[in-house]
Amino acid sequence: MSNVIGIGAAPRRKEDFRFLTGRGNYVADIKRVDMTFGVFIRSQHGHAVIRGIDKVPALALPGVHAVLTGDDVAADGLGSLPCGWGIHGSDGLPMKEPPFPMLAQGKVRFVGDMVAFVIADTLELARAAAEAVVIDYEVLPSVVGVLEAVRPGAPQLFDDVPNNLCCDWELGDKVAVATAFKKAAHVARLSLVNNRLIGNPMEPRAAVAESNGGTGHYTLWTTSQFPHVVRFLMSALVLKIPEQKMRVVAPDVGGGFGVKQFHYGEEAVITWAAKRVGRPIKWVADRSEGFISDRHGRDHVTEAELALDQNGKFLALKVVTLANMGGYLSTFGPNIPTNLYGPLLSGVYTTPAIYCNVKVVFTNTVPVDAYRGAGRPEATFVVERLVDVAAKEMGIDRVELRRRNIIAKESYPYQTPVLVEYDSGDPMGCLEGALAEADVAGFAERKAASERDGKFRGLGYSTYVEACGLAPSRFAGRLGARGGLYESATVRVHPTGQVTVLIGTHNHGQGHETTFAQIVSEKLGVAFDNVDIVFGDTDRVQFGMGTYGSRSLVVGGAALSKASDKVVLKGKKIAAHLLEASEHDIQFEAGVFSVAGTDRSKTFQEIAGAAYVPHDYPLEILEPGLEEQAYYDPVNFTYPGGCHIAEVEIDPETGIVALEKYTAVDDVGTVINPMIVEGQLHGGIVQGVGQALYENAVYDDVSGQLLSGSFMDYTMPRADHLPNMTIKTHSTLCTHTPMGVKGCGEVGTIGSPAAVINSVVDALSHLGVLHVDMPATPNRIWRIIQNATMPLAAE
Amino acid sequence: MRSFAFHRPTTLYEMSALLGGVADSMPLAGGMTLLPTIKQRLAAPAALIDLSKIPQLSGISAQADVLTVGAMTRHVDVAESELARSKIPLLASLAAGIGDPAVRNRGTIGGSVANNDPSADYPAAVLALDAMVVTDRREIAADAFFRGLFETALDPGEIITALRFPVPSAGGYAKFKSPASRYAVVGVCVAKKAGKVRVAVTGAGPGVFRVAAMEAALERTFTPEAIAAIKLDAENLSSDIHADAEYRAHLVTVMAKKAVMSALQTS
Ligand SMILES: Cc1cc2nc3c(=O)[nH]c(=O)nc-3n(C[C@H](O)[C@H](O)[C@H](O)COP(=O)(O)OP(=O)(O)OC[C@H]3O[C@@H](n4cnc5c(N)ncnc54)[C@H](O)[C@@H]3O)c2cc1C
Repeated sequence: MSNVIGIGAAPRRKEDFRFLTGRGNYVADIKRVDMTFGVFIRSQHGHAVIRGIDKVPALALPGVHAVLTGDDVAADGLGSLPCGWGIHGSDGLPMKEPPFPMLAQGKVRFVGDMVAFVIADTLELARAAAEAVVIDYEVLPSVVGVLEAVRPGAPQLFDDVPNNLCCDWELGDKVAVATAFKKAAHVARLSLVNNRLIGNPMEPRAAVAESNGGTGHYTLWTTSQFPHVVRFLMSALVLKIPEQKMRVVAPDVGGGFGVKQFHYGEEAVITWAAKRVGRPIKWVADRSEGFISDRHGRDHVTEAELALDQNGKFLALKVVTLANMGGYLSTFGPNIPTNLYGPLLSGVYTTPAIYCNVKVVFTNTVPVDAYRGAGRPEATFVVERLVDVAAKEMGIDRVELRRRNIIAKESYPYQTPVLVEYDSGDPMGCLEGALAEADVAGFAERKAASERDGKFRGLGYSTYVEACGLAPSRFAGRLGARGGLYESATVRVHPTGQVTVLIGTHNHGQGHETTFAQIVSEKLGVAFDNVDIVFGDTDRVQFGMGTYGSRSLVVGGAALSKASDKVVLKGKKIAAHLLEASEHDIQFEAGVFSVAGTDRSKTFQEIAGAAYVPHDYPLEILEPGLEEQAYYDPVNFTYPGGCHIAEVEIDPETGIVALEKYTAVDDVGTVINPMIVEGQLHGGIVQGVGQALYENAVYDDVSGQLLSGSFMDYTMPRADHLPNMTIKTHSTLCTHTPMGVKGCGEVGTIGSPAAVINSVVDALSHLGVLHVDMPATPNRIWRIIQNATMPLAAE
Repeated sequence: MRSFAFHRPTTLYEMSALLGGVADSMPLAGGMTLLPTIKQRLAAPAALIDLSKIPQLSGISAQADVLTVGAMTRHVDVAESELARSKIPLLASLAAGIGDPAVRNRGTIGGSVANNDPSADYPAAVLALDAMVVTDRREIAADAFFRGLFETALDPGEIITALRFPVPSAGGYAKFKSPASRYAVVGVCVAKKAGKVRVAVTGAGPGVFRVAAMEAALERTFTPEAIAAIKLDAENLSSDIHADAEYRAHLVTVMAKKAVMSALQTS
């Protein structure tokens, strides 16, 4: 059949027409009859006791419907916000899990913590009413950094969490590591900080809720990456609304990056409030509100040590990290710096022994949770920085040291000492490819040219791997997951032969409507334009865990592939009947069912027609209709990875770092749409460059105020900060996913911070610099150069 | 945002009557600073007096060796003005480096100078070029106009109508931009006229200021090397999450050298 656009093609994205012509439908676009407006009153203090809330002046304003507080939540007997992961400490005890109330009760624990929700006829009125609410706080000292939070005498966030320590987690073989360190010819050591980031999706979070008093149904429109999970958590745990009476819709969503993959208190409060006031309510965060309430990412302080033998073979790795959780446990919070971090510390190397200890710590800051890459960029940064430090100290070339330790292609599947088994990969192939693409051979000449201009030039490598396609439910369950991690897809073939796919993942920029349509177009031989992808509505889509962790294609796409296969299988049965042949003799290719070795055939469209007009149909053995569903739960993570090479030039006079060249050669498995893969890589790399050079969420350590609380102070990476990038793939096929795909949503963000910082350190290496913390701002670089050159000048 | 009255006078006379007569009123120029301030509820004027429809307030003209820029002239208009480029190139390039296109398409020179943000670019040029601030009541010399953090010599209700810039024999502006906001972390403007040199620094302290030591050195020899060894005392400079005071002190010297270099190249 013509107009098939299948796997490997690069059609323009289906979804872009509505976005580019201003016809998207975002939560903020939704209007309901009699809709009111809600405003959250948020704590202006990092840490305080709420002594009293006077609602009276606000309620006196005409048009104000309610001011709801933590006391109202308690009076209605509602639950607190659940954490989806329950990890255990090295002592075998479960993590400390203090309740996370949807509106603060008794105490606020970060600037932005929600204290009250005000509902009024207009937004302006709701804002004025919010200002009229008088809150009496007793301000307490705040603690914002992890090192400070675990010190004796630090302010305590919760009475029953001593030293603010949520969990002291460990992984790996401590004894084997200690033994290996004793035999080491060299030990490379590094202290580093992984800076706190704010995701800042273009669309701020928003929600609209309404309740139907007649049927008891609720509808919540929300900016979510996983509406079914939001529905499940609200129904089962928070609001206890029967699940069948709760509809959650996540329509067009303008970017997520993880920020929208949590169940937020705002969602629960607005749904509950809509019932209480008997009117639909809309809430749209403004950007300032996003800065202090969207979950933040990263924020680690780490000590790491790598033991090597005299030839530079890695013997053992030891990593001790303090991870900031913020004021409460968010949906995935404690899982990120533990299960998504420790198991990645083997990197692409044959390190035989690894031990990792992570102290998960509460502080008076916004809760920290997954942000693009989530745990894996942090792990990659530790490993790839440490490899460079070891190379420098031992006088071995950085690429050579990597070559000596990289897992050979033939060694896959490869069991690491930290739980995971890599199914496939060729890191050496990626490295060699990147060396050629980046013109490493010409670097010396470029460096000499920079030196003639008084500039420093550096080259940085990152050979990395990640675990994505989250993930096998059974494995995750053993690690502490409280939910499943499969995905589901329904392929609904209409009587015309046109197709609607209902899938549990959520598209908010990734191009699923295009990629998934390509899979169906290829599998069923139907025209690309005849396939529509539906997602994001719990009343339309059966179930789903949503989009995060580079899982949509890997897990959702696999479910879609399986459901498509089931359609073909049923189609063959129908064709066998119509063509009076045995089912086993029916072949399906390019949209045509035919009897092997004959010219007798039926098109896909004819079979679809027959399924819905079953006049001549084997009704005794087969149901009419052509619609199939599949749930897919993978047997393993997938392990994309690759080699990134960054090249920077530093102006020593100002400390400005200019990224001059960027090359990425990645193994993402089968590529469905190369244009979309390249786009995902671009975006991911830019976010990684943002972390390395620009972005930093900074808190005042006395008041707990967020100092980088707007775009005037939080530096987002911009187009003029970046060079053209060279993006290539060097793929091996995943051995266990149906199409051999590995996922590509996060690779850019995971590989890039280490590549960039390694290039910055390289540029400064003649000054004896071994490490530069992120972000490598001009001030920081200038200071490092000053410190490095001052003693020399004195000599 | 509290509701407010909105007036759009078409003559200076009407404008003065409104500003004098309506309690709690504020002039509105490009709104790039004023509107966010109102939205964040940091200001709550009872009335906004929009200056955009008063013809005398806009436009660029030159007489002999003076360039006059109306207060309501937008940054983009200065950046693209042939007259500004030929008479005082540093002014056009300064305007072209303010914020981003959206800001340049709305923001005005009068609003910028009246606001006197400690990181704004124009105050450095006004001070280094020894410009005259023309108001609806009087003329104020640059040295007397800027009074530190967001403070100026303007009286309540007094409006800047134009800036009069003497054309220098050489001049340059160099700015170290904040990568986040694009405001000046440090900006230095250097201007030379009739043997006298003025050096004005923005971004580094609580308000724009001159550097006498650099001026004297440049009057002796107008080269970057002449000031390379002159470093400000970090004690009096600003420190924030983007730049500490010592770094700012260093950047003043670096930017001053670049400004002199650009003055030499364009004169
Ligand atoms: C994102 C962003 C980036 C920016 N980057 C830079 C930058 O890089 N460099 C820089 O220099 N600036 C920068 N600005 C500031 C901007 O360029 C404007 O100059 C500034 O916002 C004020 O000008 P305006 O015309 O918008 O004034 P408005 O916001 O309308 O007014 C500012 C204040 O001045 C008063 N006022 C206005 N006109 C007059 C007048 N004629 N007489 C008396 N009082 C008056 C108003 O009442 C108000 O109090 C930036 C602004 C933004 C929002």
